Amino acid sequence: MIRKSLTVLVIDENHIRASIIEAGLREAGHEQVTVVHDVAGIARRIAEIEPDVIVIDLENPNRDMLENMFQLSRVVKRPIAMFVDRSDQASIEAAVEAGVSAYVVDGLRQERVKPILDMAISRFNAFSRMARELEEARSELEDRKVIDRAKGILMRSRGLSEDAAYTLLRKTAMNQNRKISEIAQSLVTAAGLLDPGES
Amino acid sequence: MAAEHQINAGFIPLFDSAVLVAAREIGFAAREGVDLTLSRETSWANIRDRIAIGHFDLAHMLGPMPIACNLGLTPLASDTIVPFSLGLGGNCVTVSNTLWAGMAAHGALPDLDPARTGKALGALIRERASSGGDPLRFAVVHPHSGHNYELRYWLAACGIDPAREIEVVIVPPPFMADALAAGRIDGYCAGEPWNSVSVVAGTGHIATVKATIWKTSPEKVVGVRKAWAEKHPEALSALLRALHHAARWCQDPANRGELAALMAQPSFLGLSPALQMPILTGHLALGGGSELTVEDFFLPFGKAANFPWKSHALWFYTQMVRWGQVKHSAAHMGLARDTYRPDLYRAALKPLGVALPGANAKVEGALTAATPVGSAGASLVLGPDGFFDGRIFDPDRIDDYLAIRDWAMPTG
Repeated sequence: MIRKSLTVLVIDENHIRASIIEAGLREAGHEQVTVVHDVAGIARRIAEIEPDVIVIDLENPNRDMLENMFQLSRVVKRPIAMFVDRSDQASIEAAVEAGVSAYVVDGLRQERVKPILDMAISRFNAFSRMARELEEARSELEDRKVIDRAKGILMRSRGLSEDAAYTLLRKTAMNQNRKISEIAQSLVTAAGLLDPGES
Repeated sequence: MAAEHQINAGFIPLFDSAVLVAAREIGFAAREGVDLTLSRETSWANIRDRIAIGHFDLAHMLGPMPIACNLGLTPLASDTIVPFSLGLGGNCVTVSNTLWAGMAAHGALPDLDPARTGKALGALIRERASSGGDPLRFAVVHPHSGHNYELRYWLAACGIDPAREIEVVIVPPPFMADALAAGRIDGYCAGEPWNSVSVVAGTGHIATVKATIWKTSPEKVVGVRKAWAEKHPEALSALLRALHHAARWCQDPANRGELAALMAQPSFLGLSPALQMPILTGHLALGGGSELTVEDFFLPFGKAANFPWKSHALWFYTQMVRWGQVKHSAAHMGLARDTYRPDLYRAALKPLGVALPGANAKVEGALTAATPVGSAGASLVLGPDGFFDGRIFDPDRIDDYLAIRDWAMPTG
């Protein structure tokens, strides 16, 4: 007998993360996946879709509303419980730390849902890593810009070559046990104060 | 000097997190050797989850929430205790301008009188029902909240059945004003500043307030993971002393400006200091140009506001039973009573020599005027603590209270 594949509802205001989850679910063979970004009218959607599993991000402020709805049988035909409540402590921690939570209809066997939760956790973590890397790349670019400006100031005011200006910044940073970008920022700020035309 | 105790706490952006915020930001925690880390959360469910897995040792919680946890009414329920209350009052019932106009046509006045506004609302609801209109939709912040229970108490005392004649939905406090303005809800019960936000926007009218439905009534608490409290009694005592000093500071009118500016910061409420003033002064703009000053609108310290009365826990429990959230039994009642821990409050504050209540529970609604109590003479004042319908809640006679079937006030 072929088991009916599970219907999954993903609630996430972050469109990119939601599509990453959706792609993961489809790769894992779940074809009945619905993604919702906005919880307006969610009760009607849940009644239409009748999801077996609901995946939601923890930053969503509507969790209290959803949990209340899950307990009201008038809205959802089958009672929905929090998945991790019946799971092991490690799963609970992994889910909360990844920033995701899952709810399942009562009576669904845990081993059928566990892979979905695990997949959501790993995709949430991957998304956070990606966001962090983007942020790092962005701040690296900012750092490089401010270092270039500091080098320019040193080259003009002290007649140094570009290499000498950079060496001076690096040496100062090492002596003060600070980052080059911090020294560069201080220099740019100070130059701006001394000569408003400079910054 | 490194702090002796590290404590992680969660809070929701509501003004009544002020005592926790002041404990950290004004330095009361540091003075007690506590390094208090505060994390802002977006839902009560997140607070509960992070308490359960140990991210937080304690948190700003709705008064009934720890009781619901101990009764197993929520997922991820972990044993939670309440050694400190974060204040009395502070909530309002705000309705849309359309609904207010309808209520005014039925006799409601901008005086916050729960009986008068409730009677007008009842008349309007029956008029709508007879003309086939949809039931009104009211929002509260959580099913296990003072807001849910006081809204229902008010309506039922005014002859309105909240289970059948209106719809009650859950909306997070920061979204209330938008939901009201967009017409998704007709009214809501929430803590400040989320009522004044609607009034200032011109999209809502404050109909009545918690402080008139039930004077000096309980609201938020500090919920502590029981296992953590048992393992770190000294850290908890130090924190409770810090919170005591912070609460006293928050109550002092001389600090209102500084407290409003502190709570206005983006990491706390992220709203203008002016919006923090109504809860601090009790002077409310009601909408439509009406203003009123409410006595004891919000008490972060006065009138034993921080004492975790067992009678408060038991009243919340009776409301859970009343609205079908839990079955009444001696065991359930015991769990609710044991959730609030005045013994821990007393033990922590004893070295400070401050006046403490003589009992752990009181008959709610018995004091019609401010009354000096306690062995230290006039140093501790309680009440008035009356329910607007004149009913009394005696924590020793719970069965009688639960047996009441007709909650409506006599009409006259």
